[in-house]
Amino acid sequence: MFVHDTLLNRLKRGCATMAYPAGPAPALPERHGGALRVEAAKCQADCAACVAVCPTEAVTRPPDRRVALDLGRCLFCAECVKACPTGAITQTGDHRLAVRRREDLVLGEAGNEQLRLAGVLDEKLRRLFRRSLKLRQVSAGGCNACEADTNVLGTIGWDLGRFGIQFVASPRHADGLLITGPVSKNMELALQKTYAAVPEPRIVIAVGACAIAGGPFVGHPQVHNGAGVLLPVDLFIPGCPPHPLTILDGLIRLLGRLEESGRKTG
Amino acid sequence: MNRTTPFALLTNGTALPWADVPEWPLPEFLRHVGAELDRGERLNSLFGVPEGGALRLVAVLAFDAGNTLVVGRSRPFSGSFPSLTATHSQAHLFEREIWEQHGAVPENHPWLKAVRKDHGAGPAVGDFFRVDGREIHEVAVGPVHAGIIEPGHFRFQCAGEEVLHLEIALGFQHRGIEEALAGGPHRATIYQMETVAGDTTIAHATAYASTLEALAGTEAPLRAQWLRAIALELERLANHTGDLGALAGDVAFLPTASACGKIRGDFLNLTAMLCGNRFGRGLVRPGGGPHDGGTERLGKLRERLETSLAEVQQAAVWLWDAASVRTRFEHTGHLHRKQATEIGLVGPAARACGLVRDVRFDHPAGWFRFAQVPVSVWPDGDVFARARVRWLEIQRSGEFLREQLDAAPDGETRSPLPPLAPDTLAVALVEGWRGEVCHAALTGADGRLRRYKITDPSFHNWTGLALALRGQAISDFPLCNKSFNLSYCGFDL
Repeated sequence: MFVHDTLLNRLKRGCATMAYPAGPAPALPERHGGALRVEAAKCQADCAACVAVCPTEAVTRPPDRRVALDLGRCLFCAECVKACPTGAITQTGDHRLAVRRREDLVLGEAGNEQLRLAGVLDEKLRRLFRRSLKLRQVSAGGCNACEADTNVLGTIGWDLGRFGIQFVASPRHADGLLITGPVSKNMELALQKTYAAVPEPRIVIAVGACAIAGGPFVGHPQVHNGAGVLLPVDLFIPGCPPHPLTILDGLIRLLGRLEESGRKTG
Repeated sequence: MNRTTPFALLTNGTALPWADVPEWPLPEFLRHVGAELDRGERLNSLFGVPEGGALRLVAVLAFDAGNTLVVGRSRPFSGSFPSLTATHSQAHLFEREIWEQHGAVPENHPWLKAVRKDHGAGPAVGDFFRVDGREIHEVAVGPVHAGIIEPGHFRFQCAGEEVLHLEIALGFQHRGIEEALAGGPHRATIYQMETVAGDTTIAHATAYASTLEALAGTEAPLRAQWLRAIALELERLANHTGDLGALAGDVAFLPTASACGKIRGDFLNLTAMLCGNRFGRGLVRPGGGPHDGGTERLGKLRERLETSLAEVQQAAVWLWDAASVRTRFEHTGHLHRKQATEIGLVGPAARACGLVRDVRFDHPAGWFRFAQVPVSVWPDGDVFARARVRWLEIQRSGEFLREQLDAAPDGETRSPLPPLAPDTLAVALVEGWRGEVCHAALTGADGRLRRYKITDPSFHNWTGLALALRGQAISDFPLCNKSFNLSYCGFDL
């Protein structure tokens, strides 16, 4: 009988939810690589090996300028890491990738070798959303990978509900939008109507390379190059797709819940 | 094959010169296609190839019993063409797509409207089929849905609770993938192929890689083919497990729903062991991929696979054991075998109608030429059958992985891809977890891609969902929808 089985199984297994953020973060897959770091100072003169291999023109090197890597456009394929002869572009293995401002994703210059991680919402919004953030998810040309790895945060291992974060079935119930996909032109109206239906104050979170800058479809006439073209974005979470841990880090970082957990564990 | 056909034969994952594809005047071409469909053959793809100012039609058909594909083409024509749809439902969406992409009107098409085009205010704005009557009411759902789901619009015609008709309008996810392929492959192309449908990364990337390899007259190294098969079955395991959990969730059976949500992630993590990405990005490349398993890593993968398979076994036993689940699954969303045949249904949805139809079995390519997976079939055509087929496939994919992980071929996983042959047509089918993924590519005189046609299984199967809803209570829509779990972006391209 499944009734006895499930109860016994539940007792035996105990709590399946990870200890993070009070405990250590789960490990990223070994070959994942995590965030990138760019030291443009290491670049050879006239070398553009990384520019030539990047599928989305995330790496650029205008004449007489240094290499710049835009992690918002990046698909994390690491072709540039392999192509670089001087080790100027490296993988850090860090799962933390979320930023508040678009320009904080551009790496290269001295002092900006790494991305500038997101800070907490301003005090008024933080107090409003810290213990209860309801989001409406809009997929606008997303391929169902960012969607899937957002959805997974609702499963027992991640249990997003314990932070008071929940995906709701109506924009009227929401405090903000979580957008995936490059924003296809065919979704433009639906996205704008959904945004308009969310009561203020509201926030917008762009998840994945597509929603930040168009991803692999950047420049296609059928898409806008990301949510920022149409709406003010409060949090950018890069990746193709971002690992669930990266998305979770971004969400609780924004709410200031990460520092709280840190304090508790000393 | 022990009968004659005017079409040119083509094995899955091979190419032939464009000049060798038989060509007929348009009426004769359509007659030949119709005749093969009348014999019970399947339409994999029907698409246009612009030629000067005119248009050619190209048909790819599967002779499943003969284990072969066939291709044929029309002479260039302009203007309209007589529609096949009225007599052959399989052509329905293909003809609408040809009209949308090339402007050629299929005359007497019973329901000619856009497939994914924007008409200024989004694709849902258009004429829907309407049932009239005092007791009839219409329900409109979407494009944005109540959950973390892709967008699409559903228009129900209901009498009380009962759905008389459902029309599904898609196109919201259109990203212009096929158009961007002209003149390619480009640097971003493989990344776009991996995201045609992001949950089907391995199947689409494999179909693309096989197509390019066929055009280049080469094959990926055996070990790369083996790795693609391993990743394809891991993709199936993850998605089928997720679907069982979602189906359980939709009938409020939480033990299986909770367990499968977690186990699905564990399967995705096995793919991530191979390439670092949970969806298999970077694993499949034309000519073979950069990643190799490595003995130690594969050993660990094998161990973790056993744990997850044991867990999913347990979660599935709970599901089948619960009478409350069976009463909700049985006789819900029924699709007749005859309907499934008529509309050219593919994948688990087709096998759940008793159709023995699986690319891995009928048209084996790559590693599946050496290692077979039994076809999982259930006869009833309802939600129960679609759940049951998924469970059978989970077990058989698990068995396949157990055997194959112990039988890895040695050697390289990567070889350089030679230049593509000019004026050549190649076709590759892959049995993705939703069903048949079909890629067809034609090169021009310069050896660049001239036309590239992608047919996701969802292109065939959305019609199946619409039919399955007829006569159902509208409250069963989520359950029926989940039992098909089709791709929006794979359809919209």
